Amino acid sequence: MTGLARNTRLDRRGFVKALGGGVLVLVSAPGLGGPAWELEAQRRPYPSDINAYLHIAQDGQVTLFSGKIEMGQGIMTSLAQMAAEELGVDLDVMHVVMGDTASCPWDAGTWGSMSTRFFGPAVRAAAAQARLVLTDLAAEHLAVPRAALVVEKGVVYAKADRSRHVSYGELAQGQQITRTVGEKAVLRSVREFSVMGRSPKRLDGRDKVTGAAKYAGDMRLPGMLYARILRPPAHGATPKSIDTTAAAAMAGVTVVNQNGLVAALAADPELAARALDAVKADWDVPASTVDGDGIHAYLVNQAGEPETPVSEGDLAAGRSASARTFDVEYRTAYVAHAPVEPHTSLADVKDGKATVWASTQSPFGNQPQVARALGFQPENVRIITPYVGGGFGGKSAGLQSVEAARLSQIVGKPVMVDWTRADEFFNDTFGPAAVIRIASGVDAGGRIVFWDYQVYAAGGRGADVLYDIPNRRVRVYGGRDREHYHFFGTGPWRAPGANSNKFGYEQQVDAMARAAGVDPLAFRLANTKDPRAVAVLHAVARASHWTPQAAIRRDGRGRGLALGADAGAYVAHVADVVVDRATGAVKVEKIWCAQDMGIVVNPRGAEIQAEGGITMGLGACFSEEIQFQGGKIATKNFDTYGFTRMSWVPEIEITLVQNDKLDPQGGGEPGIINMGAVIANAIYDATGARMTRLPMTPERVLAEIRKV
Amino acid sequence: MRDTIRFTLNGKPVSLETDPARKLLWALRTDLELTGTKYGCGEGLCGACTVIVDGQAIRSCQMDLASVQGRSVTTIEGLAADGALSPIQQAFLDHDGYQCGYCTPGQIMNAHALLLNHPKPTRAQIVEGMDGNLCRCGAYRHIVAAIEAAAGQGRQS
Repeated sequence: MTGLARNTRLDRRGFVKALGGGVLVLVSAPGLGGPAWELEAQRRPYPSDINAYLHIAQDGQVTLFSGKIEMGQGIMTSLAQMAAEELGVDLDVMHVVMGDTASCPWDAGTWGSMSTRFFGPAVRAAAAQARLVLTDLAAEHLAVPRAALVVEKGVVYAKADRSRHVSYGELAQGQQITRTVGEKAVLRSVREFSVMGRSPKRLDGRDKVTGAAKYAGDMRLPGMLYARILRPPAHGATPKSIDTTAAAAMAGVTVVNQNGLVAALAADPELAARALDAVKADWDVPASTVDGDGIHAYLVNQAGEPETPVSEGDLAAGRSASARTFDVEYRTAYVAHAPVEPHTSLADVKDGKATVWASTQSPFGNQPQVARALGFQPENVRIITPYVGGGFGGKSAGLQSVEAARLSQIVGKPVMVDWTRADEFFNDTFGPAAVIRIASGVDAGGRIVFWDYQVYAAGGRGADVLYDIPNRRVRVYGGRDREHYHFFGTGPWRAPGANSNKFGYEQQVDAMARAAGVDPLAFRLANTKDPRAVAVLHAVARASHWTPQAAIRRDGRGRGLALGADAGAYVAHVADVVVDRATGAVKVEKIWCAQDMGIVVNPRGAEIQAEGGITMGLGACFSEEIQFQGGKIATKNFDTYGFTRMSWVPEIEITLVQNDKLDPQGGGEPGIINMGAVIANAIYDATGARMTRLPMTPERVLAEIRKV
Repeated sequence: MRDTIRFTLNGKPVSLETDPARKLLWALRTDLELTGTKYGCGEGLCGACTVIVDGQAIRSCQMDLASVQGRSVTTIEGLAADGALSPIQQAFLDHDGYQCGYCTPGQIMNAHALLLNHPKPTRAQIVEGMDGNLCRCGAYRHIVAAIEAAAGQGRQS
């Protein structure tokens, strides 16, 4: 039951035929893909109107085909749960094929906590429709009207006489039924759930604890070579001279130097690495003095004109109505995705076709990229996505797939491009450093009446206004798509933008509460009527036994609170910290998180995702920061890029706030968004020091404590 | 430059005619086609390549084949006897001690060696023993729970 389909590429008709007998349900849910989807529909002969296939085989086994990928977030299991629930089968007959461009329907990519939110409804609709199709077949077979039938575990029974029954497998015998459905279907209600809303063992678990799970780097083809690729000393550097003579003279080594791609290849990756070391290269490196300390002023200066997604009321009136105003600048650092699996692809280019096993969040994005690089039509490129060893937003660009495919085309053999850790830090598309400037004001009654928010480089996600503020403006400068803005690649990093925006946002709210002498929880509750925000605030307060406290503790122990919304979910966090005033070291003792994510498909999976976000967020809080000067990346391995270790992890308590009126919302990202603010607010409570810069290293904490 | 390296791998004798300076990690992954042991950093900083040599957890990306001569190596593939999961594997499965799964073989091998040396580890011993094995997905608390369960002193995670 792995995600590795190995059949050859088929068009839709061929695919349907190859599945043989059985019942095939094709799901068409318009609007799932957005503009990219429309573009894709024009470009490809492949059925772009289809989001998912569901196949019921003659042995009763059910296979879901999805262009999504499994990178640890558990959707292989949760998507199967949704299908099994609506179809009326046990989870153990479910199989999931993911991320194979030859057998799975087109998908924009696995990101943005969208799999469950947007793809989930399509899967449920398909399965619900399949259940109707099968029940109709059963009605015919048993000569009992549909209304008098009931489905249990893949068997259709006559309600009046349970000895009369027929299984899905039997119904699929000799059939070749294809149905296409839209979004409309009667779905089972939360009360009826028997597979959804539970936490079964993950379908990928056994493979992962036995080492049997295959990742791109574990694929093997006869005659394959490993490539080590020459990287410039800095982004923007150009080669003055490259001498590959010594490398090419090494036994068993093939050297490539074509159109900027310089690589040493060998059957043994260590030999390839030694050969690359023997390549002599001289570079022109553009001079730059901008580093981690100077980057924030640089980003502000280079930002250009803003977009203004929010503008309401009268800012000048808001400012003058304020009893106190606050002008604060918050800064964040470039952060790496740092999945333990580096970007990896194995490419086999031959006979005018390319097959690429890729560690990617976007197989259907890699496909045209590889095709362009090879001069192929996209349909002659097949991307297969085995298990992905972590993505966090960093595995969407397909550079390593393009490198592998080009090298395979050049050398005429299968080529594995498995980035070294240094390659990974050099080529990663970092979460951008950002600046958040907030001017805000609170009136004498403790109401936020003025909010003028500017964010640079992080983008607008999470910058929306959650509180009831009459006079407000949000300006977004140098958004994520701005080109030539950074010295190196940047891109989405788990809850992109939201984690940076909330760092400033929720500290500003905290600062206003503290200055007004109001308990931070009471202050937030007084300033929002949003029922979901109120619900998560109450839930996290209950879980953490929140006791109202107007004045800060300042005794080295502190408690922080933060509120946010992301990917359709609402989250509130509370953190307890202990600050060592002598060293600036912060120990997090416990974190509570209350999350409303609508209907919960898999409660344990949802908790684990929230916990993963919290754990990852701790690294960004305390130590994650790319060291650079201009395009030169000094960070090369984990010794200089510390992320959360086991010893840092506090107690974590997740509360899922029941909200069964709402369809399932995102779960992979919301848990991380408040981490910077909740920790900073706790440090403030403990010390009176306001931490406006991420990461909050001991040196920076100490420096701020000394200013108090 | 070539030499004959003989050692025991998952209970069976193996012999490689190769350069003894090569690292065990790559010999396992290429010559021996045991891909459960993963590359993560190449400098012994992340633990994804952890295997057990003579009862001790070692970073296979740092150990050359010359040092493996005559010794006994266990990889993730050698833990499950005849398809039955070992107690530590079962505990990782039961307690969700993984997410993407990529660091998992290294975590399990490190935990297995920890339990060989401390059959009843304290929480502090677990954290100290496991702190060099990085998990970017954040499965740490579940890994602790799995190790405690495998040691027969578990509580629910």
